[in-house]
Amino acid sequence: MGSTKGETVDRLPVWPVGRAGLEARLRLTAYLGVHVLLFVPALVLLAVTLVGWATAPALIGAVLLFAAVPLTQRVANVHRVLGGRILGAEIAAVYRSHSGRGPLGAAWVWLRDRTRWRDVGFLAFSITGGVFISTLAVLPLPAAVSYAVLAVVINGVWWALIPVVLTVWWVCTPLLAQARASADRALLSPSRTEELERRVADVTASRAETLDHSAADLRRIERDLHDGAQARMVSLGIQIGLAKELMSSDPEAAKKLLEEAGDVNRSAIDDLQSLVRGIHPPVLADRGLAGAVEALALQLSLPVTVSVDLTGQPPAPVESAAYFAVAECLANAVKHSGAHRAWVTLAHQDGVLGITVGDDGRGGATMNGGSGLAGVARRLAAFDGTIIIASPSGGPTIVSMEVPCALSSPKTTPSSETA
Amino acid sequence: MRVVITEDHALLRDGLTRLLTAHDIDVVAAVDNTYSLEKVLQEEQVDVAVVDVRLPPTFTNEGLVAAIGIREQRPGLAVLVLSQYVEPLYARELLASGKGSVGYLLKNRVTNVGAFVDAVRQVAAGGTVLDPEVVATMLARADRDDPMARLTQREREVLALMAEGRSNAAIAAQLYISEAAVGKHTNRIFAKLGLPVAIDDNRRVLAVLAYLHEHT
Repeated sequence: MGSTKGETVDRLPVWPVGRAGLEARLRLTAYLGVHVLLFVPALVLLAVTLVGWATAPALIGAVLLFAAVPLTQRVANVHRVLGGRILGAEIAAVYRSHSGRGPLGAAWVWLRDRTRWRDVGFLAFSITGGVFISTLAVLPLPAAVSYAVLAVVINGVWWALIPVVLTVWWVCTPLLAQARASADRALLSPSRTEELERRVADVTASRAETLDHSAADLRRIERDLHDGAQARMVSLGIQIGLAKELMSSDPEAAKKLLEEAGDVNRSAIDDLQSLVRGIHPPVLADRGLAGAVEALALQLSLPVTVSVDLTGQPPAPVESAAYFAVAECLANAVKHSGAHRAWVTLAHQDGVLGITVGDDGRGGATMNGGSGLAGVARRLAAFDGTIIIASPSGGPTIVSMEVPCALSSPKTTPSSETA
Repeated sequence: MRVVITEDHALLRDGLTRLLTAHDIDVVAAVDNTYSLEKVLQEEQVDVAVVDVRLPPTFTNEGLVAAIGIREQRPGLAVLVLSQYVEPLYARELLASGKGSVGYLLKNRVTNVGAFVDAVRQVAAGGTVLDPEVVATMLARADRDDPMARLTQREREVLALMAEGRSNAAIAAQLYISEAAVGKHTNRIFAKLGLPVAIDDNRRVLAVLAYLHEHT
């Protein structure tokens, strides 16, 4: 909700008069027409709400309110959608969740929900000032039609009024639409404080999750070291020690022990390497995100197309999170989807790193339970990142991730170029 | 000598078995958890139990808890605990848990095959064996105490070796001094720390450990 700049309305200058301008104005008029049509439901809802409050002690009011509250949300949401279309920027609102609660619990949640109180206030506006503005914008078209009828039936003088009305419509419709939509947005959006409160809650939750995640990672690493490399090293020591003792008495046996020790040593190194890869892949350190994702793609049994549009490097923690996100998505594609090919795109635009991983498999990927994608979502949330999974049954699967971050300029580009 | 090994990692269990068998020590059983260990102890005549600290199901200090339990229930049985890292707290709990012979060694120590086999033999013979690193940690803490500060460098070295469970002869060999000199050092250490002079090695070790206990 940060950007307040409208798009649709802004792109509607009075001149030139053309087909695009006409269509856009007709669309705006249609939206405002819906506002006018919603006058009656809004009026009824406001009346029901007021009567409901007045008679709430008599129980009948409570019943009325139970019907009115969800309907008010619907009406408000229709206005949010219309306003969003007019302004070209979504009008968001968050209602407190009351799922899984009984009627009393839901009522308690509704009572404390500022969004719902604001909706009631909005109803009052929409049946007064709101519907006035919208009606002004809609009126010229039916007026022109009735003038035409009058011109035919009564007197040709009426023709003269039609261009006037249409000019007024052409000029005023975008202004009125913007006025109405801006007013709606002001009334229907959360206040700055609420926005910030929600943000703080989100950040706190994601930080706690990240801490959990790091603690779990540390335990896993300790476990892997203890059971893997460390145990193999000790075993290696025993074998070498025994071999040393047997060297003179039984050289054959000593040789066999040393051969075994060589195997154990190799598996200890493998253990360490895979552990290191799991913590911070060396290729990520060497080549950055783009190179590491390409290297990842090469290792898979599936053909993966990688297209990269990055002008620099994301910060190291973001890079690491992004790398593991791609790795997880590709691993899913290989393991579960039965895909024939997959693709990865990395791009940075408007301060957001966009990562898309897709495959042509059978779809059905979800973020449920302890799935890897849920882990990815947690990791990305730590950087205010988001993940959207589109994976209809039958495929294809497309996982779109976004992480806001700045890019540092690449080391290979001379800095004088940008001066 | 009859030994039971409790180690959850197959590779190490196998290595320890081979190592002891190669030195004519009878490995009665090699198991991977404390329940099986308990069963073996009930069914077999065992002299020494070698136990890993970290065992299933919790993979924390199951082995140590089991070792302490064994020491309380079977005073005659020697227990040698193997640990992945130095934890003086574990050593202390283990020492405090009974009067029988006991050992606490770092797993890395196993790679010195000769020393490890010696340790097993020493524990079986009723001695006490502590890992040098554990002893060093205990001595380092004891440094703050006045009586300790009165010891000379040489006397500290002798004390550390005593705490590891070495005999006078072994200490003499290690430090390249005569056994008589070791005897003089030990007498002076005992005098400075105010400990009663003990005749046999193990009681001497226990006295030193008890001293370190109280003062750390």
